[in-house]
Amino acid sequence: MTAIAPYRSELGTGRDGFTQLLRAEWTKFRSVRGWVIGMLIGGLLIVGIGVLTGSNSECSVQPGPDSPSQACPAPPTGPEGGWVSDSFYLVRQPLAGNGGITARVTSLTGLYSTHGGLAAAGGSATAGMIPGVQPWSKAGIMIKASTAQGSAYAAMMVTGTHGVRMQWDFTHDLAGLAGKVSASAPRWLRLARSGDAISGYDSADGVHWTLVGTARLTGFPATAQGGLFAATPGYTKISTSLGGSSSTGGPALATGAFDHVSREGSWPAAGWTGQAIKAPADTALPASAQGFTQAGGRLTVSGSGDVAPATGGGGLSSVEQTLTGTFLGLIVMVVIGVMFMTAEYRRGLIRTTLTASPRRGRVLAAKAVVLAGVTFVTGLIAVAIAIPVGERLLHENGNPILPMPALTEARIAVGTAALLAVTAVLALAVGTLMRRSAGAVTAVIAGVVLPYLLAILGGVLPAGAQEWLVRVTPAAGFAIQQSNQQYDQVIATYNPANGFFPLAPWAGFAVLCAWAAAALALAAYALRRRDV
Amino acid sequence: MNALHAEWTKARTVAGPGALLLAAAALTAVVGVVAANATSCPGQACSVDPAKVSLTGLYLGQAVVAIIAVNAVSGEYSTGMMRLTLAATPRRWRVLAAKAAVVGTATLAAGAVAVLASVLAGSVLLARHGIDPAHGYEALSLGQGAVLRATAGSVLYLGLVALLGLGVAAMIRDSAVAIGTVLGLLYLFPIVAGLVGNPPLQRHLDQVSPMTAGLYIQATTNLSTLPLAPWQGLGVLAAWAAGALLAGGLLLRWRDA
Repeated sequence: MTAIAPYRSELGTGRDGFTQLLRAEWTKFRSVRGWVIGMLIGGLLIVGIGVLTGSNSECSVQPGPDSPSQACPAPPTGPEGGWVSDSFYLVRQPLAGNGGITARVTSLTGLYSTHGGLAAAGGSATAGMIPGVQPWSKAGIMIKASTAQGSAYAAMMVTGTHGVRMQWDFTHDLAGLAGKVSASAPRWLRLARSGDAISGYDSADGVHWTLVGTARLTGFPATAQGGLFAATPGYTKISTSLGGSSSTGGPALATGAFDHVSREGSWPAAGWTGQAIKAPADTALPASAQGFTQAGGRLTVSGSGDVAPATGGGGLSSVEQTLTGTFLGLIVMVVIGVMFMTAEYRRGLIRTTLTASPRRGRVLAAKAVVLAGVTFVTGLIAVAIAIPVGERLLHENGNPILPMPALTEARIAVGTAALLAVTAVLALAVGTLMRRSAGAVTAVIAGVVLPYLLAILGGVLPAGAQEWLVRVTPAAGFAIQQSNQQYDQVIATYNPANGFFPLAPWAGFAVLCAWAAAALALAAYALRRRDV
Repeated sequence: MNALHAEWTKARTVAGPGALLLAAAALTAVVGVVAANATSCPGQACSVDPAKVSLTGLYLGQAVVAIIAVNAVSGEYSTGMMRLTLAATPRRWRVLAAKAAVVGTATLAAGAVAVLASVLAGSVLLARHGIDPAHGYEALSLGQGAVLRATAGSVLYLGLVALLGLGVAAMIRDSAVAIGTVLGLLYLFPIVAGLVGNPPLQRHLDQVSPMTAGLYIQATTNLSTLPLAPWQGLGVLAAWAAGALLAGGLLLRWRDA
């Protein structure tokens, strides 16, 4: 009896590495004409809507009744490159080299109007205004590089309701002594310059001093302007009830009373010069209301405006506006992501796929990698075109665009592409779980786009619920596109409709990633446990 | 008549449409209850539109209605049933009309239940949170002309969304692409309108947006600030639905199945 050798194919054993799976899935993707065209359409929609928004957003102002309209002026730019508000009343003298200034503040009072209109001509500029300070009304001492708007500075100040603060270069804010200033609880403030470093001190009695902070202002000029200042943002009432949040308000004026003003270093002997720091067109409060008086050793300074970062919103354009098309592209990519899996079920191809590669988790992983790669690259190319073209069009139409560091711009571009990729993977996972196209597409769109829509739409949900929606749903991922920053020292309507998200950019993106990861894990589990 | 009966049998004898219809009604009502429960306005007068808040659920419910409508057409294409249907009823317009009648009626019935439940729940919950005539708000009762219009209009809104879904699915045939198109039409207009920094363009987008304009029917306060009157707004959605049905019907006639 001869032993019969079992049949062996003469073909070599096929490799079943992950690379082969990737190649198989890539072949499936690129050979379906509808998906490739769909991806192209998704990318074109992102670019097209960016161009459409850019070319339809016009911004112009008319400086006078007879003058031609001009492009909207951009707010001044601070030493760190961002937009700033820099209007206030400064009582100054030049300070050469190192030195310092000390002053005691005995009161901070104010006037404000609850509506936008100013007093009629003929009346005093502050007629009809109500006494009261704003939370961030400011009066104190300041050393500033020059009287130009946006120049570097460091200041110690008393505020309406936030105690003593040290602020410098618009974005930095440190807390000093708490509590309100009054004649019985005066506040002593001191600034001392040594080279590029300016240190701020405060004291309740003028004897015991506490260091609040030290600002390092690189490139601060040898001769700077030092003195007393007062400023206050306008009265703002933000109603965060239903209909999102809206703000109403009117102009305001702050008045600080100083005494025991002393100076160290080389100051001129001449008296103080008062000057309203503001843009020529700035008419928030007539200059006649601002000013200073000097009697004996006592000075009072009245000012309006704010020395703080400008937070965007309110008609100012930002780079997000060029990315409006993301939502359209996103829906196209969600549809493709779902179909990448459900089409296999509908055509029965999934049986072949799983026979060829019985390790089902790896099939899903390969699909996710291919899909994420394709959507990321498509998204990145589209965004790389949409941002510069859109910005250029916005600029040509007179819109000043919020300046931002190159790193932030890169984060927004790459983040938007990643947002598309992760959402497509989420769609793939939901498609695997549901195996039905219509249900899966709806589930993903209702999870990603609808919460964002409800969060920016006024008059539907209360503000608290709107914020909650962009915190916990996959829509939190859109936070990766925000370019505006939120500042505690500026009161504004910080809501998604104005481009502010409750979560930081990467934290919001992480929420979306967590959803995608959870859905992918569930899908892998279901794929392995189910019959095909 | 036979075509109608056939469509009704198809819808009745598979689990999908019935379950989805229930889900649409339940989601609409639940979201409405959650929104009404989350709304309060302590101390100050704020611009709450009680009818609109109670009917927030439509934003989500309409998506499920769109699935039902899209599946009624696309489902037949994916299984090949469409060839049989068209062989049995060669007058293709009649097939689409029968589908529209069945899906539309079913949606109106489920929508009526969901919308009535939302308004009733809203009237109880909002009154409990101090949003009632005693605090200067409109009473949320069907006796009020505006509330009745918002309620009836919301039911019609859901019916029109179903017809829009049906028309788009007849055009596109593939369910994933069709549902993506319908939801894109509904949700993207208000997002794009919200992000463009140009008020006149924004107003135009709102006027042609099937969802934004269609939901004006829910407004009971500050009607003068709307870009369109409530019934005109619903008319915009009706025009979209009619356009989609017409295009879908023509394509159904001209194309091979």
